[in-house]
Amino acid sequence: MKENLIPIFVILPLAGAFLISLLGKRIRGFSDIFSNIIAFLLLALSVYSVFVVNSVGVMVYKVGMWSPPIGISLVLDSLSSFMLVTINLIAFLIMAYAANYMEGYTAKWKFYVLFLLMLTGMEGVIITGDMFNLFVFLEMASVASYALVAYGTEAEELEASFKYLIMSSLGSLFILLGIAFIYGYTSTLNMADIANVLLQKGPGNIVLFVSVLFIMGFGLKAALVPFHAWLPDAHPAAPAPVSAMLSGVLIKALGVYALVRIFYSVIGSSPGILFVLMFLGAISMVVGVFLAIGQWDMKRLLAYHSISQIGYIFLGIGLGTPLGILGGLFHLFNHSVFKSLLFLNAGAVEYSTGTRDLREMGGLKERMPVTAGTSLIASMSIAGIPPFNGFWSKLIIILAAVQAGHPIYAAFAVIASILTLASFAKVQKYAFFGKLNKKFKDIKEVPVFMRGSMILLAAICIISGILVIPALSRFFLGPATDVLVNGTDYAKTVFGAIR
Amino acid sequence: MNKEPKGMTLIVKTAARLTAGVILMYGIYIISHGHVSPGGGFAGGVIITLAFVLVILAFGKEFSMRKVSASIASSFESFGAIMFLAIALAGFLGGYFFLNFFINKGVPFTLFSAGIIPLCNIAISLKVGAGLFAVFAVLVMLKFTNGKDKG
Repeated sequence: MKENLIPIFVILPLAGAFLISLLGKRIRGFSDIFSNIIAFLLLALSVYSVFVVNSVGVMVYKVGMWSPPIGISLVLDSLSSFMLVTINLIAFLIMAYAANYMEGYTAKWKFYVLFLLMLTGMEGVIITGDMFNLFVFLEMASVASYALVAYGTEAEELEASFKYLIMSSLGSLFILLGIAFIYGYTSTLNMADIANVLLQKGPGNIVLFVSVLFIMGFGLKAALVPFHAWLPDAHPAAPAPVSAMLSGVLIKALGVYALVRIFYSVIGSSPGILFVLMFLGAISMVVGVFLAIGQWDMKRLLAYHSISQIGYIFLGIGLGTPLGILGGLFHLFNHSVFKSLLFLNAGAVEYSTGTRDLREMGGLKERMPVTAGTSLIASMSIAGIPPFNGFWSKLIIILAAVQAGHPIYAAFAVIASILTLASFAKVQKYAFFGKLNKKFKDIKEVPVFMRGSMILLAAICIISGILVIPALSRFFLGPATDVLVNGTDYAKTVFGAIR
Repeated sequence: MNKEPKGMTLIVKTAARLTAGVILMYGIYIISHGHVSPGGGFAGGVIITLAFVLVILAFGKEFSMRKVSASIASSFESFGAIMFLAIALAGFLGGYFFLNFFINKGVPFTLFSAGIIPLCNIAISLKVGAGLFAVFAVLVMLKFTNGKDKG
C-alpha cells in the first residue's frame, strides 16, 4: 500500500498546525522544534516519493474508499513529486531560518501555525486530483498567506495585506466561476474525468471562456504582468521567511503549477492558449525587470524580479516543446532556490542593520561575510552567470525558444537577463561592496540557523546545475516534463492507475 | 455618571436569560440530527455561538468574558480541528483516510447511525462555533484609539 504515502503530505502539516496552536503557547520551544521536525519529515517523504513514483508509476489515492470520479482522488505523478520536493526543500530551510529570525516578533507559535497551514494548502494543491478540492486547498494557502503578510501589524503590512487580500480573492472568484462553468459543462469535478468528457464533447465556446477565467485567476495568483500589482506590495511587507516562501514557492504552487496542470492535463493545450501564456510570460519578463531596476528598497526590488522570473517560467512552459517545458520546470526549481535565498539575505541584512534601503547600506561584506557571500552566489544565479543553476535553465529556455521558431522571444529573454544582471550588480555594489557605513560599525553576523540555511541554499544554487545532466534528469526533471508533454493522456494514466 | 453601563436594560436581560438556554439546546439538536435532517455541524455551531453572543450583548462583555474567554475559544477551535483530523485518521483502521469505518452505516431517520458522520458534525461544530465566537470576542475587545478617544 504505497498509496498511503499520498494523504500524509496533507495530514502532517495540518496536524502540526493545530497541535502547535493548542500547545505552542503553553510549552516553550515546542513550536520551533515540532514544526522543524514536520518540515524535515515532509522533505524526506517528498524525496522518497520521487523514488516511489519512478518505480511504481502514477499513484491514485481514493479518499474514504470512494472511487473517482465520484469521490475525491489524490494523484501523485512525476510532476507532483517534482513540485513537492521543490516546496518542501524550500519550506524546510526557511523554517530553520525562521527559528532565529522570528525571535523579534511576539507570539512566534502563531507564525508557525499559519506557516504550516499555508504549507498544507500548497501540498494539497499539488497532490489533489479533484478540481473543487484544488480550489479549497488554494483558498487555504491564500488565506493563511494574507495573515502572514500582515504579521507585523504595522500600517505598511496591513495595507499590503489588504491589497493582496482583495486582489487575490478576486482571482479566487474567477477560478471558482471557471470551475462552476466546467462543472456545468462536463457534470464532473474529477480532473481526469473532466479531461475525458472534454475529449468526447469537443471544445465548445464555454471551454474558451473558462480558459480565460483560469488565466485571469491563476495568473493573478502567479503575478503575471497585467495581474501583478499586488506582489510588489505584499512580498516586501511580510517578514523575510514569509516573503521567501511567497516568492519562492507560493506563486508557483498556486499559480504556475495549477495553471499548467489544468491547461496541459485537463483542458488540453491549444496553440491559442500557448500563445497567450508565452506572450504574457514575455511581457512579465521585460516589464518586471524594468520596474525592478529603479527600486531602492531591497525586498521590493527582489519582488519585482519574481515577476520577471515567473515570466521566464511561463515562456518556457508556454513554448510547448519538450525542451521548453524542461527549461521552464528547471527554472521553476532554480528560481525557488535563489529567490528564497535572496529574500533570506535581505532579511538577514534587515535583521542586523534594521534597514531595507540600499542607499543606507554599504560595505556590509566586512561585517556579514556569510550573508554577502551567499547573496553574491544567489545574484549570479538569478542573473544567469555560468556555472550557477540560473544560467543553465535560462540557456535551455532561450535555446528552446529559438528551436521552436520564436527568436524574438529569445531576444527578449536575453535582454531581460542582461537587465537582471545590471540590477543585481546594483544590489551588490550598494549593499555589500564599497565603504562601510559608520552607523553599522558594530553590527554582527546573523545567528547560526539563519547562516546555516543560507549556506545550504547557496550550495544548492551551485550544484543544482547538474540536474540537467541526462543521467540525473532522467530521474527527476525528465519524468515531470513527460507528464506535461503527454498532455491529456493524464486521464488515461490516472484511470489506469486506480486499483 | 462616568461609569459605563454594564449590559442592557432589565427587560433585555430577562429575555436573554430565558432564551439563551433554548437557543443553545436548539443548536445541539441541529448538530446531533445533522445526518438525518437539514442542518449539521456548521449550522449548529453557529447557533450555539449565537447563544453566547446573546449573553455578551445583554450582560456586557466584562461580565460574560469572565466565563468564556477568547483563549478558551481558541483552544476549543484547535481541539475541534484535531478531533476532525483524528476521525479522518481513524479511517486508516479500515485502510483508507476518511473511511467511514463504523459498521452501522446509515438507517434512515435513526439517530444513532451513519458511522462517523455525527462525530464529524460534532468536531465541525466545535471548530466553527469556537472560531466564530473568537472572531466576535476579538471584535468586542478591540479598542479604537483615535485622537478623540485618547483624551
